[in-house]
Amino acid sequence: MLYRENGQFKTSYQADQQIFPIAQDRLGVLLLIAFAFVGVPFLVDEYMFRAILIPFLILSLASLGVNLLVGYCGQITLGAGAFMAVGAYAGYNFLIRVPDMPVLGAILLGGVSAAAVGIVFGVPSLRVRGLYLAVATLAAQFFWDWAFLRIKWFTNDSSSGSVSVANLDVFGVEISSPLSKYLFCLTVLVVLSLAAKNLVRATIGRQWMAIRDMDVAAAVIGIRPMYAKLTAFAVSSFYVGVAGALWGFVHLGSWEPAAFSVDRSFQLLFMVIIGGLGSIMGSFFGAAFIVILPIFLNQILPVFGAIFGVEISTATVSHFEIMIFGSLIVFFLIVEPHGLARLWSTGKEKLRLWPFPH
Amino acid sequence: MSFFIETLLGGLMTGMLYSLVALGFVLIYKASGVFNFAQGAMVLFAALAMARFAEWIPGWLGIESLFLANLIAIVITVGIMFVVAWLVERLALRHLVNQNEATLLMATLGITYVLDGVGQTLFGSDIYKIDVGMPKDPVIMFEALFQGGVLINKEDFIAAAIAAILVAALTLFFQKTPTGRALRAVADDHQAALSVGIPLDRIWVIVWCVAGITALVAGIIWGSKLGVQFSLSTVALRALPVVILGGLTSVPGAIIGGLIIGVGEKISEVYLGPYVGGGIEIWFAYMLALVFLLFRPQGLFGEKIIDRV
Repeated sequence: MLYRENGQFKTSYQADQQIFPIAQDRLGVLLLIAFAFVGVPFLVDEYMFRAILIPFLILSLASLGVNLLVGYCGQITLGAGAFMAVGAYAGYNFLIRVPDMPVLGAILLGGVSAAAVGIVFGVPSLRVRGLYLAVATLAAQFFWDWAFLRIKWFTNDSSSGSVSVANLDVFGVEISSPLSKYLFCLTVLVVLSLAAKNLVRATIGRQWMAIRDMDVAAAVIGIRPMYAKLTAFAVSSFYVGVAGALWGFVHLGSWEPAAFSVDRSFQLLFMVIIGGLGSIMGSFFGAAFIVILPIFLNQILPVFGAIFGVEISTATVSHFEIMIFGSLIVFFLIVEPHGLARLWSTGKEKLRLWPFPH
Repeated sequence: MSFFIETLLGGLMTGMLYSLVALGFVLIYKASGVFNFAQGAMVLFAALAMARFAEWIPGWLGIESLFLANLIAIVITVGIMFVVAWLVERLALRHLVNQNEATLLMATLGITYVLDGVGQTLFGSDIYKIDVGMPKDPVIMFEALFQGGVLINKEDFIAAAIAAILVAALTLFFQKTPTGRALRAVADDHQAALSVGIPLDRIWVIVWCVAGITALVAGIIWGSKLGVQFSLSTVALRALPVVILGGLTSVPGAIIGGLIIGVGEKISEVYLGPYVGGGIEIWFAYMLALVFLLFRPQGLFGEKIIDRV
């Protein structure tokens, strides 16, 4: 009844090409963004901001980047953590080495550096594909893990590769309280997701999808595989790099290379696959799932233990956590291999008919 | 010169061990098209089970002999690996047929987490020893050829020999037995294999079981060298470049790739490492594999990739 596009006629090309063609969608997204900016700050406490919301926003951005590459261009990558690290450390270097560097500028330049590195490590994709490529991208992961640990110049000669930034301010506003951090990340995320949403329905996004569906056929109809694949690597790495810089600057404050280890790369790929390959919306679902699930398990397991009268040690809790996490992932892949985004769109189909059966 | 030979031999021995892990990857990929990320977790799981049973059995059964205790522990662990294989097939793989590669890869990553969790809950998460009576003392060889001879770890030597025997046995199994023939048929074409009456699900259990046994062998050898601990599961990440270098579908590729990576890693670490700050072996292996891939995208021995529109 409520969710139906009947009667919404498009009378201009502009109306025909908007991002959300259905009025209810438009309204819903606007309300959601407004709620995130205005409503959420009144509802949640500092712990929620720090432990859940800020990580969720930043990792959504990263998984959005990975989704552009894996979901839209079909190039599997296991090196996303490395590009986050490049973004964070490059941003750090710009911040401390260039006098009067604005924080936002450093973060964006971190993203640009990650994009440049992404292009270099995307070159193998011109020759190899599929799983071979996935393993090849691991080279980036291990190389940068090593580089930030051993090459002292990157970390300004700090011993263990740990660096820190302080006194962030953007356009004169100080980013120090959880609320301001949240709003800053949210703004970056909204702007960049809007850009991504537009990108994937523009020429370049369509080229990526053609390459994903069948690269030889795409080349035959005149799409340059080199250009399409490398731009996908560049754009994706930019997003991931910006997310990495945010993760370092805003979320952690001080960090070391281990913050961007290979586990992070796996985590990002999980988000994309559980959320839904080739769906902007899916990136957010996936990030939410992966961020919230461990926290939820951590809270709920001792409670369960208490019910059955068993004292569960912290080590056992963490083992159970990874066990349940692993089985849930397998379970999700089995019941919905196309990810949470598919569940969402089936839900929308159902809503369209509701309350009638046909 | 003798130092170079020592490095070279050390590299070959490590390479043999990488081959063992890589072999597990190749077996499963060939038979089911699944890139089994859980191979490392299987190595850890098998090694943990083996170490703990070898520790418990003398107490349970009152057996004094180390050999007997180890033997029983190995038999029990093989049984456990069979159960693991069966469960993986039943609960996960069977439901994931025909999914794309990335989904399958992620599913095995999920299995990795489960195995890590279960293994450490059941068997504990400290560092354990595996003692199968391998000699630890080094010997000096080729004294006649070089001055001072070449120092070799006996343990490495035995490990390499075991690996070689395992590989030979697997090759025989694949080439000569009816089951091996069925496995190769499944690897070639799932549908064709099904249509001539080869039971796919049973084949998968067998393959995972064989991979479990190679994981056990790798686990025993690595475990008696380094101790059984969580870091053992990262051995999978070390073996990945071996697999893509040799080709995902080739058993000889896994072995030769392992040797190349083992030697390349050691030599780069010894001769190149000091100039750039050391610790380069892990990414060097990947870079080496990457360079090979640029010239042969399917790996050294992989099946040629033919594109058709």
